[in-house]
Amino acid sequence: MIKPLRVRAIARKEFLHVLRDSRSLVLALFIPVMLLTLFGWALSLDVNDVPTVVLDQSGTPQSRELLSHLDGSAYITFREYAASERELTAALDEGRALLAVTIPPGFAEDVLAGRTARIQVVADGSDANTAALAIGYAGSAAQQYGARLAVERVYRGQAPHLAQAVDYRLLAWYNPALRSQNFIIPGLIALIMVVIAALLSSLTVAREWERGTMEQLISTPVRGPEIVIGKLIPYWIIGMLDVGIAMGLGYFLFDVPVRGNPILVLLMAGIFLLGALSIGMNASIVTKNQVLASQMALMVTYLPTMFLSGFVFALSNMPLPLQVVSYIVPARYFISLMRGVYLKGVGLDVVWPQALLLLAFAVLMFNSARLRFRKRLT
Amino acid sequence: MLQRLRYMLAKEYMQALRDPRMRMVLFAAPVIQLFVLAFAITTDVRDSPLAVLDRDNTPASRELVAAFEGSRHFRITRFPADEREMTELLDHGSVRGVLNIPAGFEQEILARREAPLQLIVDGTDSNTSSIVLGYAGNVISRFNEDQLARRAALAGTVHAAPAIEVDSRAWFNQNLSSRHFYLPGLMCTVLLVITLLLTALAVVREKEIGTIEQIMVTPLQPLELILGKTIPFASFGFLAFTLMLCVVHFAFDLPIRGSIALLYLGLVLFLFSTLSMGLLISTVSATQQQAMLTVFLYLLPMVLLSGFMFPIANMPALVRWVTYLDPMRYLIVIMRGVMLKGIGLEVLWPQYAALAVLGTVTTYLAAKRFKKTLA
Repeated sequence: MIKPLRVRAIARKEFLHVLRDSRSLVLALFIPVMLLTLFGWALSLDVNDVPTVVLDQSGTPQSRELLSHLDGSAYITFREYAASERELTAALDEGRALLAVTIPPGFAEDVLAGRTARIQVVADGSDANTAALAIGYAGSAAQQYGARLAVERVYRGQAPHLAQAVDYRLLAWYNPALRSQNFIIPGLIALIMVVIAALLSSLTVAREWERGTMEQLISTPVRGPEIVIGKLIPYWIIGMLDVGIAMGLGYFLFDVPVRGNPILVLLMAGIFLLGALSIGMNASIVTKNQVLASQMALMVTYLPTMFLSGFVFALSNMPLPLQVVSYIVPARYFISLMRGVYLKGVGLDVVWPQALLLLAFAVLMFNSARLRFRKRLT
Repeated sequence: MLQRLRYMLAKEYMQALRDPRMRMVLFAAPVIQLFVLAFAITTDVRDSPLAVLDRDNTPASRELVAAFEGSRHFRITRFPADEREMTELLDHGSVRGVLNIPAGFEQEILARREAPLQLIVDGTDSNTSSIVLGYAGNVISRFNEDQLARRAALAGTVHAAPAIEVDSRAWFNQNLSSRHFYLPGLMCTVLLVITLLLTALAVVREKEIGTIEQIMVTPLQPLELILGKTIPFASFGFLAFTLMLCVVHFAFDLPIRGSIALLYLGLVLFLFSTLSMGLLISTVSATQQQAMLTVFLYLLPMVLLSGFMFPIANMPALVRWVTYLDPMRYLIVIMRGVMLKGIGLEVLWPQYAALAVLGTVTTYLAAKRFKKTLA
């Protein structure tokens, strides 16, 4: 039978370990703050002020008008004016510019004659994401200028009509300004929890084995499951503190809305945390070696959570076999649940499959740790 | 000196490689991780699942839907019956977006008025969504041009050509495959997780178990100890890097346009600074738990600020200055430069110089701390 008294004794002992090692405790609470500050403030996938190099071979009022239109866009900043194609190429090669705009010699003549004028836009494709966005921005800025030219042409009688066939509106629901903070921060909370939880718990049991104090524990009447539960409790509390800090910072400092029920977020975080802690505990019990346990815990938590959960890289863009693999990454369910509750404001009626799977994951991991732990010397 | 170092190395290698599970962690794991994760890191948007709410259901609306289906960026998966069902699909995240064609769409077009049309995307994933919006805009404006041309032909007038045409292309990576861009960063991350963590735990482990005292009574000099503790992990880093280089080159067709020697020169300088950082962390920590958390305090910003996933140009000025202290930042520029652009020392020398300076400073700090720990 599991006796609460003995669990409490183990938890108290483990708490003392944590409190005495004040540096670890401070780090465990500070790392989430640092990560959130970085992501809320410094890291963004949004592309602003793309450094751009310009080669104006036309050198006419028309070409300068187009260029000032491009420079006026918030997304593009002119850094350099190249005198030749060689200079333009050098600017891209050396990474001084990510985007190059070339206006050919006949540009003004085409504009004035009512023909289609061509410009060339080259992006440094090494960063495919920035390149795709930058080309899009340059294209739409040029289109806007083109629309103004079209109006002038109608006035001059060079074109018959203006009306479009379709009047379309593009909308983004849940995140109308497409802020990347709103996308990243709910996922980041999951990453923080997994890393801190799995790392801390992967050390606990192994440390006792390495230092030889496990023998003392074995000689007490405490039972295996009581040790496992007692050791998990302090780290669960630290993890929940981390979640609280992360949610508070996200809400108050970085304006990430919580449209759904915050209690639901906390509840699910508690379940997810238990699962993540149990992963580390399993590694710790199996290896009895802190270095190996932490490496194993990292391998099964940090990298998959970073890359296979939809945290930054959308799952739907991955090849099918990998999408299948992602189903065994528990953070996948937690992150999609967090985004649902945070941004879409949905409740358990929508996210119950994710909630159920998380619960199953936590129960499975916890039981595996409980059954694996043996109070025996060999 | 050399002989003592040899004994020390023999001990360290034995300790690191004794456990078969550790051998797995060191050699098989990086390759497997790289292989799986390389497929995962991509911002290429393909086949976005799209729902169509077609309340017009006329030849014109079906033509528009076919245009979406024909584009390689979209895949039409659902046909919700009404707005409620449409909202539900977006709430559950079953589709990336919804094309909402109101009743009377074709009538408006035939009447030469502007037919209203709505495309809603799930903005939760801001990055994918902004790219999807761009693709959708292209499909719709092409449809628009087609309709205008047809209208002009029916009226017997000439359709006005667009005023501006933008000819856009991407250099160094024609089809904008983001995998090639991310792979060097991924290699650095995997390399870091192995080498930094293991070195950081190496010394503190001896302290925690109490074997450091046994080492202190041996005639080993501090320099020999430092070398003995770092050489094994440097060699594991080399091996892992080589294995990963083979994987990205042969399995993922990542070109190596420049010189391989330059890549390895970058690797040496990089390991120089990360391993001494690991050693430094190890000497300032009392327990393995402290060392591990300190490693994370250093590792996470190092990966995130390196420009691997988040462009450095987008960061605030203050943070941009901090990135100059990040050795991974330089190695990524070197790897991308050498592999994707095929450029050499004439362009990249500042990166190498920065890595060398960083490495020297950290090594100096680590060595100083190390002597103190032993004293």
